[in-house]
Amino acid sequence: MKPPPFEYHAPRDLGEALDVLAGAGARGKVLAGGQSLIPIMNMRLASPEHLVDINRLHELDTVEETAGGVRVGALARHSRVERLRAHPLLGQALRLVAHPVIRNRGTVVGSLVHADPAAELPAVLAVLDGSVRLATAGGTRDVAARDFFTGPLESAVQAGELAVSAYFPNTRPRSGTAFREVARRHGDYALAGVCAVVTLDEDLRVERARVACIGVGAVPVVVDVPCERRPAATVGWDEAVRAVREATDPEGDIHASAAYRRHLVGVLAEQALKEAARAAV
Amino acid sequence: MTTRLFGEPVQRREDPRLLTGQGRYLDDLGQGAAAAAFVRSPHAHARIRDIDVSAALDVDGLIAIYTWEDLPARVGQPLPLLIPHPALTHGRTALPLAKDVVRHVGEPVVMVVATDRYLAEDACALIEVDYEQLKPVVGIEEAVQGAQLVHEDVPGNVGAHLVQEVPSTTGTSAREAIEGAPHTLAFRLDIERSASMPLEGRGVYARWDGTDLRVYSSTQTSTSVRMAIAAALNLPLPHVEVIAPDVGGGFGVKIVHPWAEEILVPWAAMLLGREIKWTEDRREHFISSAHERGQVQHVRVGFDDDGVIKGLDVTILHDHGAYTPYGIIVPIVTSTQLLGPYKIGAYRVEFTAVYTNTVQVTPYRGAGRPQAVFCMERTMDKIARHLGKDRTRVRAANFIGPDEFPYDQGMIFQDGRPLIYDSGNYPEMLRMVKELVGWDDFEPAPNRGIGVGCYVEGTGVGPYEGGHVQVTSDGRVHVSTGLTSQGQGHETVFAQIAATELGVPIERVSVVTGDTRRFGYAVGTFASRAAVMSGNAIALACRKVREKALRIAADALEANPDDLEIDDGLVHVAGAPAASIPLSTVAVLANPLRYAFDEEAAKATQFSGAASPDKPPVAEGEEPGLEGRDYYSPIRSTFAAGMHAAIVETDPLTAEIKVLRYAVVHDCGRLINPMIVEGQIHGGVAQGIGGALYERMVYDGHGQLLNASFMDFLMPYATEVPHVETAHLETPSPLNPLGIKGAGEAGVIPVSAVIAAAIEDAEGFAIDRMPISPSELFDLRTASRPAQGTAQGTAQEVSRRPEPPER
Repeated sequence: MKPPPFEYHAPRDLGEALDVLAGAGARGKVLAGGQSLIPIMNMRLASPEHLVDINRLHELDTVEETAGGVRVGALARHSRVERLRAHPLLGQALRLVAHPVIRNRGTVVGSLVHADPAAELPAVLAVLDGSVRLATAGGTRDVAARDFFTGPLESAVQAGELAVSAYFPNTRPRSGTAFREVARRHGDYALAGVCAVVTLDEDLRVERARVACIGVGAVPVVVDVPCERRPAATVGWDEAVRAVREATDPEGDIHASAAYRRHLVGVLAEQALKEAARAAV
Repeated sequence: MTTRLFGEPVQRREDPRLLTGQGRYLDDLGQGAAAAAFVRSPHAHARIRDIDVSAALDVDGLIAIYTWEDLPARVGQPLPLLIPHPALTHGRTALPLAKDVVRHVGEPVVMVVATDRYLAEDACALIEVDYEQLKPVVGIEEAVQGAQLVHEDVPGNVGAHLVQEVPSTTGTSAREAIEGAPHTLAFRLDIERSASMPLEGRGVYARWDGTDLRVYSSTQTSTSVRMAIAAALNLPLPHVEVIAPDVGGGFGVKIVHPWAEEILVPWAAMLLGREIKWTEDRREHFISSAHERGQVQHVRVGFDDDGVIKGLDVTILHDHGAYTPYGIIVPIVTSTQLLGPYKIGAYRVEFTAVYTNTVQVTPYRGAGRPQAVFCMERTMDKIARHLGKDRTRVRAANFIGPDEFPYDQGMIFQDGRPLIYDSGNYPEMLRMVKELVGWDDFEPAPNRGIGVGCYVEGTGVGPYEGGHVQVTSDGRVHVSTGLTSQGQGHETVFAQIAATELGVPIERVSVVTGDTRRFGYAVGTFASRAAVMSGNAIALACRKVREKALRIAADALEANPDDLEIDDGLVHVAGAPAASIPLSTVAVLANPLRYAFDEEAAKATQFSGAASPDKPPVAEGEEPGLEGRDYYSPIRSTFAAGMHAAIVETDPLTAEIKVLRYAVVHDCGRLINPMIVEGQIHGGVAQGIGGALYERMVYDGHGQLLNASFMDFLMPYATEVPHVETAHLETPSPLNPLGIKGAGEAGVIPVSAVIAAAIEDAEGFAIDRMPISPSELFDLRTASRPAQGTAQGTAQEVSRRPEPPER
């Protein structure tokens, strides 16, 4: 379990990094936290010829809180974002990501680019309609979450592009959030998980409810669930559960059957929606 | 006595070293050594047509590439079949490097040596092996069909077949007894594969200086590895040294030897004249070491209205993987230990060990017992359920009584000796575990269940171990024994024994294990035998030293040796502490010297006047020095026992399984160190929880192991292991001087049985296959309520179950 030979690049600033990436093209890979990439390389499942280490790009080690949301730079570690009070859902999600030592190294943007279908952060980006900013030497483009995740472990990042930041919009006023998942062991990737955002109207009745589900499709499955415009505590979520189960198409694997995952995503959707509705009040 | 340490919870002396990163494991050694890596088969079953190494020859740093063709005859032979048995009619072992056919994914085919491991792996990746794929045999059912063969010359894939019959006291056979019993049940049980999975994998590091070969191996038996290497490489034994350094866990897999790498790495080191090291990586450990568990059991049982078993007939299909280097120890242990603490009217057990194109099966902590206990305890629970009786009452009705020891089960155990239990008190143990878990007060509630499981474990198997104890002139006590340590706490417990026997402070005692330079005769560390075997040998060696010390001190003090005591390192006349002589001085007097190289030595030289001029300096029958060596060789195993109980809660919606309470009552005879025994139990329970709820080896139909990493092989974390409550019962063994029994494997043995029982109690349907995951529990719920379909389930989904009349 040693990686095959690769050329190691340690650019000092963004411009240099983008130049190196442009030169490497499809043969290049970006190293940020390395919590997924390094094991994959050690198992020789990935063998990039050029490894572009962005850990010296301090300009990307940023977390900007704005009126509309939070922009997380490509070097911001999970542990830093986890403690961000401004965005409770990010904290709720990050506490489910692996273990503290991994969160001290792993980056939020790295998790998004890795695009594991059972990972929490893609669901957060998706449920919030966030976006990822991609840069080349020629300029930048923002890709919306719904376009960013293109398949299991596949994202819209093109060869030569660097994901420099991700934008997580704030929830609307009178919104509550929750993240529920079932993993086989503490910190493992979820068998299924649901993050929910429930928004109330001025009379504290449920106005809008939305979930993003993980582990039950190739990419996070976002469902705007049907809900009755009633006070949060009195809303029944049966319809929502049915809609979630219909919208998801889980596959079975060595850890759980498809039938179990479909069952589970409904259970978790109801729990997450109830919790989010309570938090919204 | 201040130095009485036996039985005290002495802090582990190895922990400061091991817990602060000061341990020296295999890969910490030989930093300048060349590295070996292996090309391993990617196919479960294939014929090797051609091996093309040409592309690898350009790799910088490449030193050598070896295939089977390169091996001399002695090295290229099949690896030894370590434990032959008459029933193992078709034993097969692997070649160190595959010659014609590979029989599991991971089998070594080519060995590469390079200046470092990265380069060695680069070269491996460039070697092209042309395979003709053969149809693999995966799983017990496919093996039994025998349509495809793992070994062409093993018909039906059957390596071993053994029937053992113990008729009733009146001569009735088990099958007759079952037919004649008032009640009978028949059912099938399944246990999946798991593996030892030590955190440190295997590893070998060899140095050859032109005359002497020194090999470090992460092994559970350095003495036997030494002899195997000497034989394979045709070296005189005195020129081979094998050392087990700090070993990061063994759990059985490292008792297998010699591994191919243990022969190939020293062979290449001699051939190339340079140090070579091979450190197994995790993927290698998954696909090329050894697994265990893996049985299908068909059970028939006949019993009376009280649940007393009249006859038990068990047919076991045992998946042995591709090879049988460790013989059929695992199914033999299952067959014999299945009887547990019970008197079974008449017993018949038949096992068939079949080959499959998967990693070989050798003992893993528990070594066949978890399967056995699962079988017997599931049987007890089914009898209780059938009769509507309390499950503990049915067990008690079958117990061997406290006054029935020694109790002969009428079988032959894994050591080839009669299965005779030496001592125990099972009714008291059951009373204790019921009290500890609160069995009688347990309130039935939906999705909550309680379970219990009992076992007996034959520990401390022979043939022998030895101990050497030397007191040097600085008063230090040096203890060595040949068997190895993998973190169990031997440095502490053996020091406790020596300190107690010799009356010295434990700080003055040091312990060395697993180093053939210090002690050449040993068997190894397995079968919960180290404390029993080496512990007693060290105690006996200490007694020899003590006797000699008292004899010499008696001369010096002009006293009778029978009146002397040793306390805090001082030999003194009982009741007269002023008349004393330090043990260090005794050591000086024990070794007459010519040269006064230091102050202490000066006291023992020829002109010191210490000895009579009319007698030889070393008296007839004496040896110089204050040291002793002795061996302990028991007539047969000593039988420890335990009972576990658990309360579990199953989530009505997510089917997650949570262990709320876990209680253990354990009897390993006299306790040397209760803290270390509890640590062993905790670790065992943790592995048992892994086997019950998390771990399995998932092979697909092609024989590919789908979860060969710690991401997908779910070893439980601390967060998954429940708090373990323990209580001890001490029924000393009459078989050894210290009255002790083994404790190493105990914790793991009944866990699958106990958790299955508790889940069954919570859910109301049978749990006959372990491990069980939430997904599988969900599937069982679905199957038990076919009318409701699969997509049901929100808050109203609470499992129902028929209430048994009694718990």
